[in-house]
Amino acid sequence: MKLELRGITKRFPGVLANDAIDLDVSGGEIHALLGENGAGKTTLMNVLYGLYHADEGEVLIDGTPVSFESPRDAIAAGIGMVHQHFMLIPVFTVTENVMLGVEETSVAGLLDRREARRRVEEISSRYGLEVDPDALVEDLSVGAQQRVEIVKALYRDAEILILDEPTAVLTPQETRELFGVMGSLQESGKGIIFITHKLKEVLAIADRITVLRRGRVVGSTTPEEADEAALASMMVGRDVRLEVEKGPAEPQAPVLEVEDLTVLDDRGQAAVNGISLEVRAGEVLGVAGVQGNGQTELVEAITGLRAVDAGRVLIKGEDLTRASPRHVFAAGVGHIPEDRIRDGLVADFSIADNLVLNQYYLPPLARGWVRDDEAVLRTAEQRKEAYDIRTPSVLAPVSTLSGGNQQKVIVARELSREIALLVASQPTRGLDVGSMAYIHEQVISARDGGTAVLLVSSELDEVLSVSDRVAVMYRGRIVGMVDPATIGREEIGLMMAGANAEQVEGS
Amino acid sequence: MSDEERRGRDEDGAAAADTIEEPEDRAAGGLGEPPVEAGFEAPRRGGALRSLVVPLLAFITALAIGGLVMIFTNNEALAAWSSFFRNPLRALEISGRIVLEAYQALFTGSLGSPVEYVQAFASGDAARIEAAFRPLSETIVAATPLIFAGLSVALGFRAGLFNIGAEGQMNAGAITAAFVGFTVTGLPMIVHLPLAILAGFVGGALWGAIPGVLKARTGAHEVITTIMLNFIALRTLDFLLKTPAFQRPGRSDPISQAVLPSAEIPGIPGTSLRLHLGIVLALLAAWGVWWLLFRTTKGFEFRAVGSNPNAARYAGMSVAMAYVAAMGLAGALAGLGGASQVLGLQKFLVPGFASGIGFTAIALALLGKAHPLGVVAASLLFGMLQAGAISMQAATRAPVDIIVVIQALIIVFIAAPALVRAIYRIKVGREVGADVFTKGWSG
Repeated sequence: MKLELRGITKRFPGVLANDAIDLDVSGGEIHALLGENGAGKTTLMNVLYGLYHADEGEVLIDGTPVSFESPRDAIAAGIGMVHQHFMLIPVFTVTENVMLGVEETSVAGLLDRREARRRVEEISSRYGLEVDPDALVEDLSVGAQQRVEIVKALYRDAEILILDEPTAVLTPQETRELFGVMGSLQESGKGIIFITHKLKEVLAIADRITVLRRGRVVGSTTPEEADEAALASMMVGRDVRLEVEKGPAEPQAPVLEVEDLTVLDDRGQAAVNGISLEVRAGEVLGVAGVQGNGQTELVEAITGLRAVDAGRVLIKGEDLTRASPRHVFAAGVGHIPEDRIRDGLVADFSIADNLVLNQYYLPPLARGWVRDDEAVLRTAEQRKEAYDIRTPSVLAPVSTLSGGNQQKVIVARELSREIALLVASQPTRGLDVGSMAYIHEQVISARDGGTAVLLVSSELDEVLSVSDRVAVMYRGRIVGMVDPATIGREEIGLMMAGANAEQVEGS
Repeated sequence: MSDEERRGRDEDGAAAADTIEEPEDRAAGGLGEPPVEAGFEAPRRGGALRSLVVPLLAFITALAIGGLVMIFTNNEALAAWSSFFRNPLRALEISGRIVLEAYQALFTGSLGSPVEYVQAFASGDAARIEAAFRPLSETIVAATPLIFAGLSVALGFRAGLFNIGAEGQMNAGAITAAFVGFTVTGLPMIVHLPLAILAGFVGGALWGAIPGVLKARTGAHEVITTIMLNFIALRTLDFLLKTPAFQRPGRSDPISQAVLPSAEIPGIPGTSLRLHLGIVLALLAAWGVWWLLFRTTKGFEFRAVGSNPNAARYAGMSVAMAYVAAMGLAGALAGLGGASQVLGLQKFLVPGFASGIGFTAIALALLGKAHPLGVVAASLLFGMLQAGAISMQAATRAPVDIIVVIQALIIVFIAAPALVRAIYRIKVGREVGADVFTKGWSG
């Protein structure tokens, strides 16, 4: 089967998300679609999958134009999609999730789970997609859930698979397994569109590469012809430095001390399991690890947002173990939350209001109960200038800003007061390279100004290039404290997957 | 994350590249004028005008459909339509007349007739002037409790709370206000009246704070708890009216003692108009809510919690406190409404004096987009419809229920602005409107 997109154009109010994009993929081929966040990759795939209507252009299958009104049509035409966020029902079994919507029924119209289960097993063994058909999805690891999604697509007889940022949530080892599966799919004649913004992966597995930038195809190449630097500059349209420029750290007195901290997650399980760490003034301690290994709970416990089960949190020697978020704020802690839309900003509020979201009650922004709009506006204007927030007006809703500028709002808010500790959680997630570099610069300059920085990120490159020391977290524990300058990617990858530091060194 | 949200993000993301690298592209690329809305500067000029379009069209459409209902429920009109092909003009003429007469009666019955105003003033006859103003007086009398209840729901909306309990809170406030109004004796009006009003405020506040505390402490959803508290308040009133402390001596029916004159909210002296100064209290309350929401730190907290409780918590605000305070204040506003009814209009308590107002209040808060000014306007509109309905029925035999139909239709069109836009083919950008407030039952 050959799938072609010709001249796809998709506009949103004020945004040209896709501009005359051509793309094709044939059976037995892995075509990587590379681009920064916001380059239009997901929009293009949603057009292909029938979620959006293209304003212009057409989709052809084996040379015949087709029109998809909904994902149902796309599925019927043999297109399968594995979304970045899985579309699974946690309390159903793997088989039930797979058969959902295309249920096998027996003569009497009853569900035929046995037949469905048999097909799941068949698909699973044929492509090396290891899943237990009877396991509940909620009990599965992220990697296994992803395999269920792939089985789901194959169960619907997909010939072309779209994988949307499949490696974003995987450990290096799981990624390798996924690549194995992709290889066997390729051998059996399936076509794959592999969406990603990770250069190494593209070079490792793709047959062809198409690079999108700002809604346009900026070039097509193959792994043989291209290298990382070439792809990066195509993606961002200029040569980029992947390194963060910084001098050596000059650590001083400890600012954050965490002692034997245990924190429960929402289900009452110990997400943080007896962690001790220390961050000194003037250094960046990075916390590396695959998402969901307790980093979120650790950060929430430190910032007063989550109850501590056992252990202590000290900031500048003051015991803030059970302090309220405001108390922690007042003690001089800045916090860049991991999900800026969910936790960092009030989307309906103006940029100005968001710039003072945690200081609104303090003079000069308020006198007693009454807010001083003039002062808020003045402060907002200052911060807008100082942190280069690109907006025509600070009175515009913060939701009108791009992701990078939204993040600058948060960074401006947290860094424009005297702080002793900055807790930055996934500070550059979803940002383009330019904004990323800007945020890193700000973090480093805070460090150089004597702030202690705790940087939590699941992007290994970020942790390694920004941090002065790196703690690797796995299942609620710190499995190793390493020097980012000397540690190898492979070693740290193994640690992130649970091998502890000694084992790594011993192997 | 739903598809919708993801699409939204993707769009944002696509916009990202634009803004960051070439900000000057914005104008050329046609990003349009930045919507200068949001919470910072409260009322906004252009936005205010534009935000009137949908409610206005909703009103007109509702009137039109209401007209159709009138035609199809009128025997004379139906008869004329059944012989449409013999005499098409007659059918049209009769239909037109019915609707026109009915709406004319509706408007003169609620706003008064311009001719009558002129003639009354020309005659200089006090009784006639009074009569000319009676429809307007009735509209305001009907609108007054609606403003209080609407503000109560609107304040809740702003803090992310769905207050279905305005009716119960109004009952609670009326009970405390009336009790102070007829048991405390020997005080001059200047002390007694404010005291009785304050009692209404406190009664409503306590009643409203209960669901707030329950939500903050246990996570109990305020929709459920406020509905339940409505029943409790209603039955409590029924019960109290049978106790000696409340029941009027010598009566066996549930009616309270009369509020003492020193606790009555004054009306217009020398007239029989029912208009009383409760409307002034209502407008002051509306101003107070506006000031609180848009000028104070507490209001900022309410709005932040209502818009994104996660971000509010991360910014150090106490979400639990905001819930309790907002529900308490919402209850207090409804309680003030109860006080205004019992001290200004009825002067005594009877069961069911605020029947159904809690649901109308939700409609008003939606129609007014949870803005105090909008609530006042919506309440005046509904007050008009209520006051005019009676004259409409008297004048044309069009049933009062038509008004309920019209009110319901307005709500339908407001709650589904896309419908109005589709009917009138309006192209509007993203609008922060009723949809913000109508979702979130799960929260």
